[in-house]
Amino acid sequence: MVALLEVSGLEAAYGATKVLHNISFTIAEGGITTMLGANGAGKTTTLRSLCSMVRTWGEIRFEGTRIDNRSTEEIVRLGIAHVPDGRGTFLELTVDENLRLGAYVRKDRKAVPGDLDRMYTYFPRLKDRRYQQAGTLSGGEQQMLALSRALMLRPKLLLMDEPSFGLAPLVVRDIFAIMRTINQQERVSMLLVEQNANLALELADQAYLLETGRVVMSGTSEEIRNDEQIRRSYLGY
Amino acid sequence: MSTFLHQVFSGLATGGIYASVALALVMIYQATNLINFAQGEMAMFSTYIAWSLINAGVPYWLAFLITVTVSFIGGMVIERVIIRPAVKRSSLLGVVIVFIGVLVIFNSLAGWIFSYTIKSFPSPFPEQALFNNTYVSSHELGAIITTLVVLGILYGFFRFTPLGLAMRAAAQNPVSSRLVGIRVGWMLALGWGLAAAIGAVAGMMVAPMVYLDPNMMQGILIYAFAAALLGGIDNPWGSVLGGFIVGVLENLIGAYLFGTELKLSVALILIVAVLVFKPTGLFGKVLVTRV
Repeated sequence: MVALLEVSGLEAAYGATKVLHNISFTIAEGGITTMLGANGAGKTTTLRSLCSMVRTWGEIRFEGTRIDNRSTEEIVRLGIAHVPDGRGTFLELTVDENLRLGAYVRKDRKAVPGDLDRMYTYFPRLKDRRYQQAGTLSGGEQQMLALSRALMLRPKLLLMDEPSFGLAPLVVRDIFAIMRTINQQERVSMLLVEQNANLALELADQAYLLETGRVVMSGTSEEIRNDEQIRRSYLGY
Repeated sequence: MSTFLHQVFSGLATGGIYASVALALVMIYQATNLINFAQGEMAMFSTYIAWSLINAGVPYWLAFLITVTVSFIGGMVIERVIIRPAVKRSSLLGVVIVFIGVLVIFNSLAGWIFSYTIKSFPSPFPEQALFNNTYVSSHELGAIITTLVVLGILYGFFRFTPLGLAMRAAAQNPVSSRLVGIRVGWMLALGWGLAAAIGAVAGMMVAPMVYLDPNMMQGILIYAFAAALLGGIDNPWGSVLGGFIVGVLENLIGAYLFGTELKLSVALILIVAVLVFKPTGLFGKVLVTRV
């Protein structure tokens, strides 16, 4: 498979504290890759590094071109959508406005209303709350909104930061099912960061394991799932 | 009754001016949490630009258009060249000092270039009152309508255009805005440009009523502060309503209670009263958030 994103020798720091140490990984085009790890392993920072939201060193290539020296706004324009930690909802704007913002950089303005309708078909609950202030949505609805907002970009690569965080299992199941649909039907590649390893490995085909800012293991989801040590530390059986 | 109505209408005319300046203040406040103390002086300087153009023989509405455009660009340049580096490098207090510096610079610059003598500024509206009524002069009516048109255009821009939506988003949540590709820095500059353009319109509308001099906008800025606080400093449309309320209140109190000498204290009393008793103002936003 062709690599959509290639990361090599990535380091990142908040102030003087280095949190990523020489990380390398690739994301295949059309695939779902997951990054597993405990709290503080550097998963969120890895996603932030890709979008130039933290100070980084090393090389990040997207479709062959280097993006590590570009600004967040430019990287979005290349087709990388990011559902950030904490969902990044525009709380005071309506659901509809949140979704429209997702399509802000798109050139094909005429296709935007159609995509809006598509999001509302994926998540009918959002349609019911279309003109409601996004801050009044439940956690699950906000996660649906965050995912939809990212998809409104029609991204080539979707970065998801713990979509299951703080949500009821049923809601999580819904959201993951739709992520699978989107990956298969629209060929959107995904990088999924998760603490819930079971869930993530079910969805993903490639996995990386992070520990204190380093990649300590990588392989297909199958391999990772069957690894004795992983099973005990992260899957819990 | 006739005097009362006259006071109300003329209050609405000046209230529209306060509303415009208050809106300009709120726009910048929402995006940066800073109050632009130089807003009034920027508007005054814009009015001098219009005055120079009109004196040079440019037709009024063309001069109006040029002034608004120049002010818009000027506002953006001020943000890019002066305010942004100050915000980046300095503390909050430092930024406030920079604002005051800009205020003094514009005031002195106007005095130096145009002298401190009071000048009359033409009104584009007919001298005679509409239908020869005694309640409202044509200029007052024209000023009210102009203000409403400006507010309507702004409302449409913020409510219905992708760029307006992006500006609102950038003011609320800069981090998420970058993640959807909004160039937040430019949105701030654009906000400054719009604020300066609104101020320019306000200046040109008020100048025929109060005459043009470098200190023209100082009192008006205080009324605009009062309006913004009364309406809620984080609510643009509240601040607009606040402007009209302050304008009418000022006139009525001036006519029936204190006399015109103490008019400005109405604004100051209002500022103190709002801050003490209802800091969010009448329409200050209470955001509902569910976790």
